[in-house]
Amino acid sequence: MKAIKRILALALFVAAPALVWASGAEMHLDKAPVDLNDKVSLQRGAKLFTSRCLACHSAAYMRYNRLADIGMSEEQIKKDLELPDDVKIGSTMQAAMDANSAKLAYGVVPPDLSVIARSRSPDWLYTYLRVFYVDSAAATGWNNTAFPSVAMPHVMSDMQGELHLKVENHDGHEVKKLELVTPGSMKPAEYDAAVADLTNYLVFMSEPAKLVRYNLGFIVLGFLFVLLALVYALKKEIWKDIH
Amino acid sequence: MMNLLKNLIGWIDERFPLVSTWKEHASEYYAPKNFNFWYFFGGLALLVLVIQILSGIFLTMNYKPDALFAFASVEYIMRDVQWGWLLRYIHSTGASMFFVVIYLHMFRGLMYGSYRKPRELLWIIGMIIYLALMGEAFMGYLLPWGQMSFWGAQVIVNLFASVPFVGHDLAILIRGDFVVSDATLNRFFALHVIAIPLVLVLLVVAHLVALHEVGSNNPDGIEIKKNKDANGIPLDGIPFFPYMVVKDGVAAIGFLIVFCSVVFFAPDMGGYFLEYNNFVPANPMKTPEHIAPVWYFTPYYAILRAVPPMFGSQFPGVVAMGVATVAFFFLPWLDRGKVKSVRYRGPLYKAFLASFVVSFVGLGYLGLMPATPTYTIISQVLSVVYFAFFILMPWYTKIDKCKPEPERVTCK
Repeated sequence: MKAIKRILALALFVAAPALVWASGAEMHLDKAPVDLNDKVSLQRGAKLFTSRCLACHSAAYMRYNRLADIGMSEEQIKKDLELPDDVKIGSTMQAAMDANSAKLAYGVVPPDLSVIARSRSPDWLYTYLRVFYVDSAAATGWNNTAFPSVAMPHVMSDMQGELHLKVENHDGHEVKKLELVTPGSMKPAEYDAAVADLTNYLVFMSEPAKLVRYNLGFIVLGFLFVLLALVYALKKEIWKDIH
Repeated sequence: MMNLLKNLIGWIDERFPLVSTWKEHASEYYAPKNFNFWYFFGGLALLVLVIQILSGIFLTMNYKPDALFAFASVEYIMRDVQWGWLLRYIHSTGASMFFVVIYLHMFRGLMYGSYRKPRELLWIIGMIIYLALMGEAFMGYLLPWGQMSFWGAQVIVNLFASVPFVGHDLAILIRGDFVVSDATLNRFFALHVIAIPLVLVLLVVAHLVALHEVGSNNPDGIEIKKNKDANGIPLDGIPFFPYMVVKDGVAAIGFLIVFCSVVFFAPDMGGYFLEYNNFVPANPMKTPEHIAPVWYFTPYYAILRAVPPMFGSQFPGVVAMGVATVAFFFLPWLDRGKVKSVRYRGPLYKAFLASFVVSFVGLGYLGLMPATPTYTIISQVLSVVYFAFFILMPWYTKIDKCKPEPERVTCK
């Protein structure tokens, strides 16, 4: 066994730098301040989502009345989210724009966002929604440092304002920087907070069960630990005459 | 009341071997008393099999094996089915934990020479179970119909297409179509929920029957049947019931604690148990940048990629991958050691076993990574180490300096 341990330690020693090197190639992402216990933030995120994202994107696996999980009453869902009269509270979130016109306008069908926070990480979403910049070469006039040549325009530019990409030269290194040229209706910190709410909501929407999963987990583990103690005591008792 | 029960058992016994079966396989089946930690994993594998079958039955009630609805039905299970998310996470975690448990179970066999005479058939049945399990996991992984499901299946089925002469037709036979499609999803569903589980259960029964015929090995690798008392009971054996049942019970609860920690707190295990890209619906028009199989297949995937294509065909790599899995079958005849257990083996066997473990884990890691030139070279070196364990076994086990085995089992 000692030999195994020694060889494993050596293997780890060799593998560690490779791991660091492999992860270094990734783009820098800002840490998303996700907090599913913050119901107010989730509700603000839900409002932003329905008003800004649902115009083109769907969330076809998410039902409006599931927002009860984040503390919204049926009244609130209908009123705050401005549900059209023909949309039932139990129906799933469909895009306002139909897929064909979206494809004509942007070249791609905007992806469904139900589980976007699981396929893309929350950090990626939080970063992506804050790094749109003006690019006259792009069809929509917008580009994105997290998602180059993105088909989607910046739908919250009225809030964030307009960023421009500046490339500076530092000792032969190109450093790309985003600069706020035209301010929006929000200060940068306010906009970051709004995107944090939206990201928080997307994380909730990708897995509504997450709200109960952890609490239930603690109860189940608590039960199992008590059971472990009992079964272990039983084992001790039964085995006491085995030497 | 006791009388009534006695009469009932008597009534059954005249028609069915109830008491004798119970005695033969539980209350008078003698297992070595020196079982250690490594002997938990057989019973745990059985536990996981039961968990998978039960959770699978309930998932089947809500899942739709249809390329148009499969992805949506999984999300329906996650959101709209009562406790559906729990069933799904139990099943997905169970798939990975099955392999964790089986790999540790197999490693136990390597350490203590459990495949040696008279347990060759027991070992071979176990290896067939392992192959069936790989098929079961592979087909089950297609069902969520995400990008990784689709492209993983595409890559693996294409491996069969590289078989000379019959490959093209073989791949069509497996897929039921020219590409992975609705037809493939339907047949994989049938195989995943009926055919392979049925085979698995039968094989597990055969595995247990063979085990109870020859008796369990133990960490000392000596036969407890050599030392019996006047009644023919092994001196170092203790009845399976209640001793082993209660001991395995402790292990089972301990295992469930680990299992539930994953289910409730990290069901995707950082992308290893549930890959992130699998939350994107399958899209035959869009190949993902990086296709990696789930972690339990990656050692073989790394071996596949380590072998360079010859004559423009991937077939040599496929053969290497096949040989890497099938090599275990031959262990009983490759091993020429005088002792079974690693405790009394010489330094040569220990070194080879240790380097085999490193190569297996290392290849597993490399199989998850994109194939860069450096990684490919490391994969090739580790593949050689992997095969050397088997090919050189007759030589190094024969000349190894073994220590004498004890007469009776030792409890540490």
